[in-house]
Amino acid sequence: MQICSRQICNVKRMKYISEFRQQNLARQLAKAIAQTVDSDRHYRLMEFCGGHTHAIFRYGVQDLMPTNVEFIHGPGCPVCVLPTGRIDNAIQLAERPDVILCTYADLMRVPATGRNSLLKAKAGGSDIRMIYSTQDALKIARENSEKQVVFFAIGFETTTPPTAVAIKQAQAEGLTNFSVFCNHVLTPAAMQAILDAPQPVAIDAFLGPSHVSTVIGSQPYEIFAERYAKPIVIAGFEPLDVMQSALMLIRQLNEGRHEVENEYSRAVTRQGNLKAQALVQDVFELRPQFEWRGLGLIPDSALKLKAGYAGFDAEQRFNMPAIQASDIKGCECPAILRGAKKPQDCKLLGTVCTPENPMGSCMVSSEGACAAYWSYGRVRG
Amino acid sequence: MPKPYTSTLNLKTGKVDLSHGGGGRAMAQLIDELFIKHFDNDLLRQHNDQALFTVPAGRLVISTDGHVISPLFFPGGDIGSLAVHGTVNDVAMSGAKPLYLAAGFILEEGFPLADLEKIVISMAAAAKRAGTPVVTGDTKVVERGKGDGVFITTTGVGIVPEGVNISGDRAQPGCAILVSGSIGDHGVAIMAGRENLQFDTTIISDSAALNSLVADMVAAAPADIRCLRDPTRGGLATALNELAQQSDVGMVIDETQIPIKSEVKAACEILGLDPLYVANEGKLVCICTAAAAESLLAVMRQHPLGRDAAIIGVVIADDHGFVQMTTAFGGRRIVDWPVGEQLPRIC
Repeated sequence: MQICSRQICNVKRMKYISEFRQQNLARQLAKAIAQTVDSDRHYRLMEFCGGHTHAIFRYGVQDLMPTNVEFIHGPGCPVCVLPTGRIDNAIQLAERPDVILCTYADLMRVPATGRNSLLKAKAGGSDIRMIYSTQDALKIARENSEKQVVFFAIGFETTTPPTAVAIKQAQAEGLTNFSVFCNHVLTPAAMQAILDAPQPVAIDAFLGPSHVSTVIGSQPYEIFAERYAKPIVIAGFEPLDVMQSALMLIRQLNEGRHEVENEYSRAVTRQGNLKAQALVQDVFELRPQFEWRGLGLIPDSALKLKAGYAGFDAEQRFNMPAIQASDIKGCECPAILRGAKKPQDCKLLGTVCTPENPMGSCMVSSEGACAAYWSYGRVRG
Repeated sequence: MPKPYTSTLNLKTGKVDLSHGGGGRAMAQLIDELFIKHFDNDLLRQHNDQALFTVPAGRLVISTDGHVISPLFFPGGDIGSLAVHGTVNDVAMSGAKPLYLAAGFILEEGFPLADLEKIVISMAAAAKRAGTPVVTGDTKVVERGKGDGVFITTTGVGIVPEGVNISGDRAQPGCAILVSGSIGDHGVAIMAGRENLQFDTTIISDSAALNSLVADMVAAAPADIRCLRDPTRGGLATALNELAQQSDVGMVIDETQIPIKSEVKAACEILGLDPLYVANEGKLVCICTAAAAESLLAVMRQHPLGRDAAIIGVVIADDHGFVQMTTAFGGRRIVDWPVGEQLPRIC
């Protein structure tokens, strides 16, 4: 996994990951942050992505931050924001004897209506396959021509291009038994919804998405920095990235600036990946609105297949109904996803809701705020 | 009457069929020409349905383990050697000297006899190396589609010497936590062997019998070793949580002290896994008195299977029974029980 050649790295071979997790650098950064913060001020930084949340808890980043710098966990966990009704849809689909449902493993344990889940549906006899990439789903379709193979596509802009590739490939190959249950959602729309909420959460600044931004670039966030006067720093998912980005946000706040800055410059440009964007534009178009768990119906926040690819749209092929499902009573996932509450504010946490028996989606995904808090952070009480 | 002619088992292109489990001549032939041939020992050669032996002085230990794994052959081992190591290690983790093994095979109709022979040869070699002969066994055949090639259940017996008292509930605050070498090798080797994960790695499984390492440790510090556990499924994290729960204590481990190969770290990064939860088949966790920790570590490091042994943490008093880790980054976090499986069926 050494990605650099000797030529670039000169004498000492550089590792891809470990240099972004170094303790001595973390200490230096912690010192710089401590020296930069204004002790009379409270800094509320929303880390947008589950990847950030995960890094904060897994590496104990909070332990290195001053007490007046607070991380507020954002909605950037694709499994978490998927509404229950869509999981119900997928289970209904998988229960058809002619269907093989292909899904990323993270979705298997997400609670559906009636204490069901894809994992339970699989145990009940539905043909549900856990896959690592869209290419696996295509392979299954090629090998099972007598079955309908449906890919349960979810995720933000990061996972959309691979879905687009699979659809185009299926079309080129004339794979008529392959279709996509599309649940791809858009990051800027979610950021807008948080900022426009009727009772907005107090957020001073954002750690912006990293992997998403490799695709869409940093430009789409400029409007938020400008219109809502919120500093945004595109932040990588390694713990040093998170700390460096926090420092950049603190500096902006201290200086009264509100700009989009790019900490994750090793992977993100202002324009993003134009080729991936073109691919997505070719295959997908905006849905008028889409339901997000925790954020409700958000206009122009999700994608569906364009008319030219309608033959690969599982919703059309199987005439899938819109299912309105209610979340479990007492589950605070919606408020947690908006940043309005923290996992420890939920009465279900650690009592009836644990990773083994999740009541809400935030406890399922390893990127979910509740799972991260429960698995890594609950020692802090 | 001349003796009826029977052709020998076709170990090149033959396949397991239902008659191999039917109790008749075909089964007897499979047992003679494959199992007894390779496992060969006095007790097995008696052709009884059980093995009869004299028990040495001490306390008897018994353990059993079912082995299912995909793929059956992986870098560094196969289901046969694994079936020996898994059970020998479970017996040895009581401080015992493992003596004998029993093996139950469930074969799927259509399974190539050549593969079965490879597995049996590997199993016999592993049993010989560990000094634990397979002295009795059983074979069943299930219809095609009702098994996954081959499942092997092994049971082992052993004797714990006097004065040795090793159990998962004996960890006490102040005790040191040791691990015998790098973690996660087996799980990563298995994953790399799966066809749908297209990555190459030089990592081979650590599958090994740990009884001789345990014997050295027990000889050096018989009264100071409190707990031994092989961190198999669920990895180091699960083993530590089990011990913390059994002993009603907490633990603090230091991430920088945990030996992990860089290739294992890299593979785990790609797959989104935590090496602390990845399976091992040739490593042990030892909890011992603080006073004995350094000398025991030296003993472990002198053994080929303990060369990379390290002291990774300390047992503390904690009503919650948390296993905590000081991260290499400088923070602190919980190392929790795993949730379900990290992977689709690892072993």
